[in-house]
Amino acid sequence: MLQVLCLFVPLIAALFIPFFFKKIRNVHTGWFVLIVPLLLVIYYSTYIPSISKGGTVIEQLPWIPSLGISFVSYLDGLSLLFSLLITGIGSLVVLYSIFYLDRKKEQLHNFYIYLLIFMSAMLGVVQSDNMITLYLFWELTSISSFLLIGYWFNRDKSRFGALKSMMITVAGGMMMLGGFVLLSMMGGTFSIRDLIEQAPQLATNDTFVIALVLILLGAFTKSAQFPFYIWLPDAMEAPTPVSAYLHSATMVKAGIYLVARFTPIFALSEIWIWLVAGIGLLTLFWGSFFALKQTDLKGILAYSTVSQLGLIMSLLGVGAIAYHVDGAADTVFKYAAFAAIFHLINHATFKGSLFMIAGIVDHETGTRDIRKLGGLMSLMPVSFTVALIGSFSMAGLPPFNGFLSKEMFLTGMLSVSEFDLFNFATWGPLFPIIAWVASVFTFIYSFYFVFKTFTGKLNKEALPKKPHEAPIGMLISPVILASLVVAIFFIPNVITDLFVKPAVVAIQPFLYTSPNDVHIHVSAWHGPTPELFMTIGIIVLGLLLFFTLSKWQKVYNVLPERFTINRLYDYTMNELLGSWMTRVSGLYMTGSIRKYLVYMFTAIPVIVIGTLIFKNAFAFSFNGASPVNLYGVILVAVLVIGTITTVFAKSRITSIVALGAVGYTVSLFFVIFNAPDLALTQLVIETISVALFLMAFYHLPRFSKAEERTRFKLGRAFVSIAIGAMVTLVALSSHSQKFIASISEYYKETVYSEAGGGNIVNVILVDYRGFDTLFEIAVLAIAGISIYAMIKLRLSRKEKNYENK
Amino acid sequence: MKINNVILQFTAKFVFFIIFFFAVHIFFAGHYTPGGGFVGGLVTASAIVLLIIAFDLNTVQKLLPINYIYVVAVGLILALGTAAFSMFVGEPFFTHFFDYFYLPLFGKTSLHTAALFDLGVYLVVVGVTMTIIQTIGEDE
Repeated sequence: MLQVLCLFVPLIAALFIPFFFKKIRNVHTGWFVLIVPLLLVIYYSTYIPSISKGGTVIEQLPWIPSLGISFVSYLDGLSLLFSLLITGIGSLVVLYSIFYLDRKKEQLHNFYIYLLIFMSAMLGVVQSDNMITLYLFWELTSISSFLLIGYWFNRDKSRFGALKSMMITVAGGMMMLGGFVLLSMMGGTFSIRDLIEQAPQLATNDTFVIALVLILLGAFTKSAQFPFYIWLPDAMEAPTPVSAYLHSATMVKAGIYLVARFTPIFALSEIWIWLVAGIGLLTLFWGSFFALKQTDLKGILAYSTVSQLGLIMSLLGVGAIAYHVDGAADTVFKYAAFAAIFHLINHATFKGSLFMIAGIVDHETGTRDIRKLGGLMSLMPVSFTVALIGSFSMAGLPPFNGFLSKEMFLTGMLSVSEFDLFNFATWGPLFPIIAWVASVFTFIYSFYFVFKTFTGKLNKEALPKKPHEAPIGMLISPVILASLVVAIFFIPNVITDLFVKPAVVAIQPFLYTSPNDVHIHVSAWHGPTPELFMTIGIIVLGLLLFFTLSKWQKVYNVLPERFTINRLYDYTMNELLGSWMTRVSGLYMTGSIRKYLVYMFTAIPVIVIGTLIFKNAFAFSFNGASPVNLYGVILVAVLVIGTITTVFAKSRITSIVALGAVGYTVSLFFVIFNAPDLALTQLVIETISVALFLMAFYHLPRFSKAEERTRFKLGRAFVSIAIGAMVTLVALSSHSQKFIASISEYYKETVYSEAGGGNIVNVILVDYRGFDTLFEIAVLAIAGISIYAMIKLRLSRKEKNYENK
Repeated sequence: MKINNVILQFTAKFVFFIIFFFAVHIFFAGHYTPGGGFVGGLVTASAIVLLIIAFDLNTVQKLLPINYIYVVAVGLILALGTAAFSMFVGEPFFTHFFDYFYLPLFGKTSLHTAALFDLGVYLVVVGVTMTIIQTIGEDE
């Protein structure tokens, strides 16, 4: 119970944030928020001892048992590692944000609520064993990411970036949902663990490959793989703590998580290996190559993140090869999946610290443009040191953790050339070559990032602010991360035993049964191997190219802007959807409510009467009809007179009164036919709506004299007669034939025994069909708030000043 | 032109309370006899509307300084909370609980979580109706 509830702890905490923000203005709201991830990280740490030995913990909370949907918290090596990353990096990021976001100027409650929603969603993604709830949380991460990117919503670029990320990741999420549904139809369950158990049978289904591709689309869009990576650079408009948290350490790794989680199901497919490894490798190269084109510090880091995600992705693809090799646990193929998880941890540490440094530079100098920056080394010594550690680790240099995982990555890629199934004999050798070239570019952009910012000439005039070292609070988080970068280099095997090996068992259950079976020892020095020579090659060529960067950076201008993927996105959004679709909608959406009513009231009888004819459903029988009495006749007469008066009255006030009379008459009908509940409701509704009409009366537009006397219009008369005929026909037909026994009997039997009530109508409202009522009041609330917003915001619109207005 | 509303205003003061307590009555009676949260909410709203007609918006706002948007929010949270509560004790969403108690003064009384849900409905209906009437009425 507690374990599942922990998923929702951030979400529940978010409810109290506005209170802290409004009432306790003297203390930065972030301090209260910080408690949440700190508590969670402590809570999840208590699981480390048991899970690092290969244990798993599972807890369920049924949600919709009849459909097999439940909230599950499943902790194994993989999900525990991610949970610790989410809460651990989350704590550091919240701490950092306390100093980054100004207590007085920023809308902190918005920021922290979004952040906490994200935290819950992300924990849900990595712990859900049920695919439907996994999807639910997955989309919630997209939504919270959208809100966080658009946090400074009065900037055009923020809104653009937010929308772009949402469009791409949600589109991918929908694809993934399709894949999930297909998988559940094949396996008859939503549980991922159950599906893994029947993996070989699943592959015999025709739809297996479709499910595979759909799920990969979800993973690739989320993890910014080629060609979907385009949203990530634009997402850098978010406040830097968000970029460090969502867009480098956690959310973008959800796709990696998904691929890792589903590897046991899909590993036997050749297409899976080719797609994951191939796209990953392409993304790795693409990202590292174009990182050097960027001039924005965060832009460089964004492309670098894209590239590093590609690296991890390709390793997971290669890791799936182990499924096809006999006794892979003792061969060179065992390294890839291990390296993927190890690099994932390392990447979170060094990239997190680098993002925070980029934020500090931005905060203290006022710009992130690398062309204006330079020579900050002496002014910001601590930041420089952290940046140096982070960049060197990213470049794969010792003595930093990036070196270890980079070596292991090269091992993994070299192993591909030894694999001879699925055409790998022909194309396999390309893998280490591309990996090596991409690593050279990684080396260059790492140096580009740190040295262009911190060394060279200081150009004080170009900087909007006078640069100085950041406050100590802002430095705590990056310094902690940087010390981890160094520490992991010296104690790699502690980290791998605790976190990496249990996670690898979860990815490759076909190789290992417990973390003790994973016989991999990480060491910095393992003799003169090909990997070492490749690293030396990277350093030499990288240094050479870095020093000649200004000479060949022009290469990037050769690629014409017209053919980029961003252009395709803009074209789809602006031309295809924005312009053409608007034109099509404009043909019939004219803004006249009368026209819309005509559309609706024409469509309804056409559809309903059409169905009646098509299904041959007309029937007339007056069996069981109550006799016509004098009251009924009088009421009908009043009703008809009232209706005609409403339509043909010359003044509106007469119409309103006549309409009220019609309503009251209807409620009298309910009285005659023994429906006191309905009569009461109708009576009050009528009273209130007449009052409302009278109030709205003053606001109605004044039509011209000619219009006020409603002329007879043939078309409209026809439509109203059709509606009347339809209602009469449906009422008669439904009265005359009953195929299914009425549900009333069930209500009569159970209303006292099961629902503990006496009035069926009301018990239906609050119990039998409580869901309907819940949604109805939600809709009612939305309608009320919309009316409020429409009327109130119209008055104050002029005061607000947005960028593009 | 000033209309003399003395009689209306005088009666409204009394009738308001009659209608309001009638609303309370049908709210609680709802589970066994006609009534319930929805009608109860509407009746309450109509009582306030009567005051607005007899006096005017500003006076009524001074009498009942309520932000009806909050009423809507509280109602929604209450309804959703009641529905979600059962999940925390291991039952599916929206399971209601009830039992019969002997309370002083009331005698045998049925206490039902549906009443809490209905209270949510009541608050939302009052809140939304009054929000709409107030915003449209205020808008000049």
